[in-house]
Amino acid sequence: MWYYEKKLQYPVRVSTCNPMLAKFLIEQYGGADGELAAALRYMNQRYTIPDKVVGLLTDIATEEFSHLEMIATMIYKLTKDATPEMLKEAGLGDYYVNHDRALFYQNAAGAPFTATYIQAKGDPIADLYEDIAAEEKARATYQWIIDLSDDTDLNDSLKFLREREIVHSQRFREAVEILKEDQNQKKVF
Amino acid sequence: MTKKMPPEFYQLLEEIQAIDFVIVELNLYLDTHPTDYEAIRQFNEQTEKSMKLKIAFEQKFGPLMNFGRSYSNYPFNWIDTPWPWQV
Amino acid sequence: MFSQYKYWMPYISPFDPCKPIKVKSYATPPQLYMGFQPPNLPQFATPKEALRAGTLWPALFSAYPNPHNGGVKND
Repeated sequence: MWYYEKKLQYPVRVSTCNPMLAKFLIEQYGGADGELAAALRYMNQRYTIPDKVVGLLTDIATEEFSHLEMIATMIYKLTKDATPEMLKEAGLGDYYVNHDRALFYQNAAGAPFTATYIQAKGDPIADLYEDIAAEEKARATYQWIIDLSDDTDLNDSLKFLREREIVHSQRFREAVEILKEDQNQKKVF
Repeated sequence: MTKKMPPEFYQLLEEIQAIDFVIVELNLYLDTHPTDYEAIRQFNEQTEKSMKLKIAFEQKFGPLMNFGRSYSNYPFNWIDTPWPWQV
Repeated sequence: MFSQYKYWMPYISPFDPCKPIKVKSYATPPQLYMGFQPPNLPQFATPKEALRAGTLWPALFSAYPNPHNGGVKND
């Protein structure tokens, strides 16, 4: 089971009321390489992956949920007090019509979240390579959002999230090495 | 109703965030390096530090965790604002 | 010297409609080179520094935007 802790993993500050940034950030909320897809992908793969790497998948999945909460916080703060007029100008008019300011799992282009974002092949190497690729794609997405954002406080949190993708990628790469039994662990039959 | 959190709230919270972050990093590292004795020692040391900081924080600002991982005052103060996305 | 960014010069046609970006770059962060992380790597001095960096180990830290072009985004 899980417990909830009443804190973010990293402080999130937003300096300007800029709903257009929320429109970009929603890619990491409900997009193909977003935090929800990552959390669900790892949490789901762990049931059938070799025991040696179940702990890692559980822990990274858990951390991804805390990143999902950080992204939600950013979107919430960027849209909380924005007027319908401001949302319309930011390209969020159609979003407002459908959801008001409620958060919704969709990507930046408005496509709703789908389970097809979550690959589960059952082959441990295929799945871990998928995970490494997912981390690199999420890192790239953070780069492109930082490129589009002038909010230094927001970018500070986004740089933290980008760095976490790097560390997760590192650990998944190590998991592949463990499954290759390259760590001087000889098989005993 | 406007309730403003004092600077101390943010300071203590960030101190906890920092220690807990070190613990997350060591945890993921240990998931793939389970025999690194020094890292385990540091993990346990930081865990103890985190627990102490949280006890001090909770006495001032209320429970950090649900489902019996934190004690409650009267009335039940788990439900008090601010929630993490509001701070 | 090792850089976490690599550069390349795309072909430029006289018929390209936008002002050409002569040099393009992409990121090659540390996890691509580290292999299995060795034990006892140096750590950031304080938990707060580690939190700010997003990692406990400077060897895994990657700056963005690219600090070697004056932090210009999307060069």
